[in-house]
Amino acid sequence: MRKIKKLEMRGISKSFQGNPANRDINLTVKSGEILGLLGENGAGKTTLMNILYGLYQPDSGQIRINDEEVKLTSPLDSIHHGIGMVHQHFMLIQNHSVLENIALGYEKTPFFFPKIRIRDKVVAFAKRFNFAMDPTMKIWQLSAGEQQRVEIIKALLNGADLLILDEPTSVLTPQEIEDLFHILKDMKAQGHMVIIITHKLDEIMDICDRVTVIQKGTVVGSADTATMDKRSLARMMIGREVLFNAEREQLAQGAAVLTVDGITVKGDKGTPVVKNMSFEVHENEIFGVAGVAGNGQRELGEAITGIRAIETGRVGVKGVDTTNMSPRRIYDAGLSHIPEERIRFGIAPGLFLYDNSILKQHHLKKFSKKLFLEYSQIRDHAKALVESYRVSTHSIDVQTKNLSGGNIQKLILGREISEKPPLLVASHPTYGLDVGATEYLREELLTRRREGGAILLFSEDLEEVMKLCDRIAVMFEGEFVGVLDSGDPRLADIGLMMAGSMRI
Amino acid sequence: MFRIKVSDRETTTGLRSFMTNIASLAAGLCAIGIIFVACGVNPFYAISKIFMGSFGSMYGFKETVTKAIPLIIIGGGLTLAFRSRFWNIGAEGQLLMGAIFSTWVGLAWGPHLPSWVIVPLIFAAGFLGGALWGLIPAILKIRFSINEVISTLMLNYICAEFMTLLIVGPWKGRSRFGFPGTDNLPESAILGVISGSRIHYVTLILAIVFAVILAVVVYKTRFGYEVRVIGENPDAGRYAGINFFKTSLIVMAISGGMAGIAGVGEVAGIHHYLTYPASISSGYGFTAIIVAWLAKLNPLYAIVSGLFFAGILVGGDAIQISLGLPAATVQIVNGTLLVFLIMGDFFFKNKITIQWGR
Repeated sequence: MRKIKKLEMRGISKSFQGNPANRDINLTVKSGEILGLLGENGAGKTTLMNILYGLYQPDSGQIRINDEEVKLTSPLDSIHHGIGMVHQHFMLIQNHSVLENIALGYEKTPFFFPKIRIRDKVVAFAKRFNFAMDPTMKIWQLSAGEQQRVEIIKALLNGADLLILDEPTSVLTPQEIEDLFHILKDMKAQGHMVIIITHKLDEIMDICDRVTVIQKGTVVGSADTATMDKRSLARMMIGREVLFNAEREQLAQGAAVLTVDGITVKGDKGTPVVKNMSFEVHENEIFGVAGVAGNGQRELGEAITGIRAIETGRVGVKGVDTTNMSPRRIYDAGLSHIPEERIRFGIAPGLFLYDNSILKQHHLKKFSKKLFLEYSQIRDHAKALVESYRVSTHSIDVQTKNLSGGNIQKLILGREISEKPPLLVASHPTYGLDVGATEYLREELLTRRREGGAILLFSEDLEEVMKLCDRIAVMFEGEFVGVLDSGDPRLADIGLMMAGSMRI
Repeated sequence: MFRIKVSDRETTTGLRSFMTNIASLAAGLCAIGIIFVACGVNPFYAISKIFMGSFGSMYGFKETVTKAIPLIIIGGGLTLAFRSRFWNIGAEGQLLMGAIFSTWVGLAWGPHLPSWVIVPLIFAAGFLGGALWGLIPAILKIRFSINEVISTLMLNYICAEFMTLLIVGPWKGRSRFGFPGTDNLPESAILGVISGSRIHYVTLILAIVFAVILAVVVYKTRFGYEVRVIGENPDAGRYAGINFFKTSLIVMAISGGMAGIAGVGEVAGIHHYLTYPASISSGYGFTAIIVAWLAKLNPLYAIVSGLFFAGILVGGDAIQISLGLPAATVQIVNGTLLVFLIMGDFFFKNKITIQWGR
């Protein structure tokens, strides 16, 4: 028996400190339907779903389930009404097992011997949706996709008829995305309803029955996906035409800026994950590293930028040996870095926006004279960044943690790129960005390339790699299985190379 | 039945922070009142006596200022350490080490030097002593990943025992007639006081100057910026290439050194000779932890919160005598207030709603 046959949000408004995040939003989902919630970064998608999950209270408006008004004042209320949510950042305890995590979030967990007594139930549930998993594994041993499945089981076990997924594919590999979509289709067949928050147009077209587009906190359109195409969706989302093809003109390769010579790097578990790797990145060149996550890309990036120790081999930036130097000295040698986990590495969340606008540059002459920081210069710099990189914030005097993820990314990009570094290492720079911001960021990368910059780009987005890069290296198990020029016809087999079944 | 709900507060203001602190202190005083009732003492009388004893009379106020000096100066140093997430519980030991160093300099060179030379010298020695004692846990933490809470706490006892060893052994003074303790410091090394009180004003001025300098350091300098980044997000600190070793060393040198200066004030301003550690300090290094927290890790606010807790110490002494309460009363009052301040923080960060019915 389904608890929810139809859910409606009517006239929902919510503002934070006087800034409206949602304005008069209407939304409907019915049983057996997958609804896509599409919008740019900071459009208010997550706020709206947090209201539905009981995390925030709306300033006005009502939520109706089966044509009856309900008050959802906490996640517990929402769970009781059959609403479950899987957050973008998983809410799991890393050192506990799958079973323990599920038991923690499950309301009917018995007080004594919880693990043993719910085990069968969990296994049965996993089977029903074709999940393969060992419930005794610890969370940290699982891949992102597997962790997401644990979250989904947690929600379903609590009787969720409506499952909200906040950017579910952003941490998944292409294969895992496919698996997830299978699961969602199974759920749909069994009468569940799903709301997916995303800004990836392809996913909307693939899996959703209907799409609701939010722009700056208001609904600008709602349609059946069958009647839409990608281009018109994109126009609806950012309110203007999007160039899907960034222009990359031919440029002659310049001198080598980054030289990596036979480096070996160890991963978190102490085993080598980058094995005797050598390559060069030149001026006027974007060098892309593609591959399925977990094949050593992260560790390679961290080693080059000085966050992780290099066991053997050398790294040089513009002829300076930067092997195992401190990140700041490497920065001085000419390397800027857009880190992969931007909130974890890229900012100090409790400090103000202007404080964060000079992280790693605070020792430069223009920002500090002798011991003292030049706050007037810093504030000007922060204002200029906010302006030219379109960081949407009402002031530079806000704590950085109050910005949305996309705006934090724009701030970091601006900070790292505005100094025109000879070498930019960008790890998944467009991850989590909406179409407009992605387009803008790619333009910026190409501009740097035109100006003579060298760019090392880590990305899982093949479309992005193909479009931007002059040369593409495919990484598998700590090695490059192939380095190809952008025009190479063998790129058609890049999927095989990423899977490790082809080598050039 | 009713349900209690805890949710994140979406907005916070400075006023709310201030009001939460006031409310926590008020609630703490109520709890202390209950303890007084259990001891068979009228709580209103006892609490009013605490504040009358510390702020209500000239004599009491002078004593309060005297005791506030070490609290302000140590508390100020601790705000810096805590801000960089270095949990320095060892200010007591750093204070004692400062006292030992300054006594040594004062006794050895004091007789031969005029006041304007020896006084700066003993302060420098005290700072050095406290700083060195503070550097040990910093090195242990960065080089060997030894938890600083444990190491700083344990170093307190080592220093206290070392000091006891000195005063009953090699440093035992001839003028003490066999009792433990060093000889008195020479006149030139003894700090002047405001007449009619025990307020050694040199240390008081130092305390306030240090608080102001520290505030400038934290909010205006490159070093302060690095400390704030590390405190907010150590990973971002690594990403930005901030040298943790150097930063921790400087932080602990300052934090320990300031505690050492408080030790100088206690020896050269109050006691005039080195005696048992418990009489030299009476737990200032621990009380200062509460001072730093109540100051919300701002060295300037530590001046106010230092005065407040000094008042509680003095008021506690007053009721001990006048109401015949046990000596541990002050500790109970302090501890209770700390617990309530920490609980207040919870109410500051979260919104609590209670729903009736259902």
